[in-house]
Amino acid sequence: MAAQDTSPAPEEVAAPTMAPHGTDYAAIAMRRERRNNLALVSPALLILVVGASGPLVVMLIYSFLAAGDYGGVVWEFSTQGWFQVFLQRDMFDDTIGFADAHLSIFWRSLSLAFITTVLCVIFGFPTAYFIATRPPEQRSLWLFLVTIPFWTNLLIRTYAIMEVIRNEGLVNTALMKAGLISQPIQMLYTDFAIMLGMTYVYLPLMVLPLYASMEKLDFRLVEASYDLYASRMNTLRRIILPLVKPGLIAGSILVFVPCLGAYVTPRVLGGGKRLMLGNLIELQFGQGRNWPLGAALSITLLLIVMVALLIYVRNASRQGGAHG
Amino acid sequence: MKWTTGAGLTAAALLASTGLASAEGKLNIFNWGNYTSPELIEKFKKEYDVDVTVTDYDSNDTALAKVKAGGHGFDIVVPSHSYMPIWINEGLLLESRPDQMENFEHMSDRWKDVDWDPGRRFSVPWQWGTTGMAVNTSVYDGDPNTSAIFMDPPEELVGKVNVVPEMIDVMNLAIRYVGGEPCTSDREVLRKTRDAMMAARDKWMSMDYGTTEKLAAGDMVASVNWNGSTLRARMQNPDIVYGYPREGYPLWMDSAAVLADAQNPENAKLFLNFIMDPENAAMISNFARYANGIDGSEQYMAEDMKGAPEIDVPEEFQSAGAFNPSCPPEVQQMYTQIWTQLQK
Amino acid sequence: MAEARRIRPFAVRHLPGFPTMALICFVCLYAPIITLVMFSFNESMSMSQWGGFSWRWYVAAWENERVQQASLLSLIVATCASLIATTVATAAALGTTRTRRYRGLTGIYVLINQPLMVPEIVTGVALLIVFAMVKVWTGYTGIGYLILAHTAFCIPFAYLPIRARLESMDATLEAAAADLYATPWMAFRRVTLPLLWPGILAGGMLAFVISLDDVVITEFVKSGGQDTLPTYMLSQIRRIVTPEMNAISTVFLAISIALVTIFFLLSRGKKQ
Repeated sequence: MAAQDTSPAPEEVAAPTMAPHGTDYAAIAMRRERRNNLALVSPALLILVVGASGPLVVMLIYSFLAAGDYGGVVWEFSTQGWFQVFLQRDMFDDTIGFADAHLSIFWRSLSLAFITTVLCVIFGFPTAYFIATRPPEQRSLWLFLVTIPFWTNLLIRTYAIMEVIRNEGLVNTALMKAGLISQPIQMLYTDFAIMLGMTYVYLPLMVLPLYASMEKLDFRLVEASYDLYASRMNTLRRIILPLVKPGLIAGSILVFVPCLGAYVTPRVLGGGKRLMLGNLIELQFGQGRNWPLGAALSITLLLIVMVALLIYVRNASRQGGAHG
Repeated sequence: MKWTTGAGLTAAALLASTGLASAEGKLNIFNWGNYTSPELIEKFKKEYDVDVTVTDYDSNDTALAKVKAGGHGFDIVVPSHSYMPIWINEGLLLESRPDQMENFEHMSDRWKDVDWDPGRRFSVPWQWGTTGMAVNTSVYDGDPNTSAIFMDPPEELVGKVNVVPEMIDVMNLAIRYVGGEPCTSDREVLRKTRDAMMAARDKWMSMDYGTTEKLAAGDMVASVNWNGSTLRARMQNPDIVYGYPREGYPLWMDSAAVLADAQNPENAKLFLNFIMDPENAAMISNFARYANGIDGSEQYMAEDMKGAPEIDVPEEFQSAGAFNPSCPPEVQQMYTQIWTQLQK
Repeated sequence: MAEARRIRPFAVRHLPGFPTMALICFVCLYAPIITLVMFSFNESMSMSQWGGFSWRWYVAAWENERVQQASLLSLIVATCASLIATTVATAAALGTTRTRRYRGLTGIYVLINQPLMVPEIVTGVALLIVFAMVKVWTGYTGIGYLILAHTAFCIPFAYLPIRARLESMDATLEAAAADLYATPWMAFRRVTLPLLWPGILAGGMLAFVISLDDVVITEFVKSGGQDTLPTYMLSQIRRIVTPEMNAISTVFLAISIALVTIFFLLSRGKKQ
């Protein structure tokens, strides 16, 4: 704030009287404005660098150090952490092969995140469309209803799902009472439970961007399509889908990224037998006592996320360009 | 603006008040989850006017990693015996000399001089017990006294078995099941163990903690579990029985010790002395339902613990139990590799 | 919107099955939460059978000392973090909106929004590494670390509504103030701040809710005895499933929903 306090009157006052040297003063004013801006932004940036971005750099360094015997690192250069992400030395015959444990966990995380994203599209698309086609005065209320679960604690929502699908939970009890099953169906501690939980938790993240692009949908185009005897399916596929594609991509990224790094949902609903990437990372900092590997795995996850975001940005800017 | 100022002042006041509390006398205990008797803590608080917090961990390795990282803020930790030499050798514990404390006389002679802490210069027994099988007899009423419950589950239990993810205990159970010795580095035995575990894994439901409540509630019907936890589950659900694997099962003892970088070492020492008092030791046992190592505590223990089959090991299974030795780091590494494979 | 009314009879907007699907979706979104709330009032331990209405689990939670400690810590951290985050985010919004593009602006955007992009688990372990080092160096293990970490990830949530408000504000009012020889600080105090206030309030509330809800980062950053309500719940629900957890969750839900509703009303007022 100090910089803004001491700065003299704005350029509008100065400019007319100093016409001959106008350009110089404009430059000074610009520099001053820039200095003020930086002063205003710097506290936020400082906190972010110390509390969010800077640690990522330290983690990168850690991934190139050697693991301590009982956790922590030894300050000597080592590529073991990165080596172990994808490769391993067989404990029985000392041959080097792919670290199939890690690869299959990577694969599970990617596929679970992908399926969850698809499920979110299947449920989120009609919901967003439904909201976008309500009368305008109702829309914000519906939208509000979608967002409420999103702003409530993720843990509580996961817990709610757990309650429902437990052996002694609501679904099994109801089915048993109805005489449809004689023994509870094991749903908790399965990949199904993780997927259900993640879909439930991240659905609003799909609905919101989809809605944002559907709200702008020009229904005259849809009308034109019907006028040309297009079926509803064809209209959906050829007209609506291409028009809401930016929202679809944004929503998919917003769901995919947190699913990939999910930690709480697999831990609570997955039963610890099958890990996801988030849990594998945590394992290395706890029981696994291999911090460099944990750091390398984290950075690998970060890189995958970056690629997903880049695809999104490229797509968004191309869309933006196409519309002028 | 007023709202902000008000909230700021409130926050500052709250901060100040918690700050003051820390100056008065604090004790931060880092212990296994669901293992610390609230009454014990309450009594200690009253007697010494100390503010106590308890934080949970769920495995020896997690505790070790967190403390090793530094800046943890804990005063007391309760590692298992097989990890105790690591804690001592890494210089993580304060030599608090429990053997010179007032209540040391109450400690059973059996525990006064143990391999993992000769002469008890660092630690005080918290509880000891066995790792075996918990089975819900309404689902499976066959013989529970075998590691086959999890290594080769009977028909009724396929897809329903839980395994507590305590690596050393489970690995040793498995190694003894295939006929090896704990901490073996014999690759043939380890290969056999791994293959047997990988085959068994698909018949497991989960690898999770929280067995006491889940067994009682029916969310788990069989599990590799600790004896006291099984006793607690049986008290809520009479169908639960505890089995001692005849192929061999581990004995363990968890001992409380003061951390080298404790911020309240004096309070921590008071606590070690406090829990060697028979009445207080009984409180620990009455909560978690394991035996403690203090003579004279039996008279204060709950009726249902006396003669409980989970606590008093039946004659025929006594020889199968043995304390886990501390495995050398290279063996530990091999275990970890097999363990990661299991969770892929 | 006249044209919308005109075309509705032709059902141009209608896609068969979509409303049904949407309603199913809403039911599925709310059913588990409603069940959770309902069973918090259950007299019996069961999560599937109703045993009569009772407050006993609320009483149990209220009297549980660990819950008390955890709630207090949650509130302290959320209050401090949201206040700091809102303050610096307001400044940052003033420094990045309604200005000429300057070099580094994109970089600033990326930095501010970074916590939204990086998976929480990655930030969590990175902070674990750095704070462990700092804790050993300084010997300080207090709640400052938690507040710092929370402030950092709250900043984008506070920043976005404030910036949105700022962008929709009329810049000529401040120009007028300047013409009347108000110092920039006066102009800010008397003109900008009052106009910006709803945005700041909205941002602050979002930041508060986000901080209150955080599990993952807190789990990795906390030191001994520093459980917040969510991390306490995480350690409990892996083992005990009692209606006490439902009671705590319900209170939590009520707080979050109240704050979000206020936020909703505030941001709606902005548009009108």
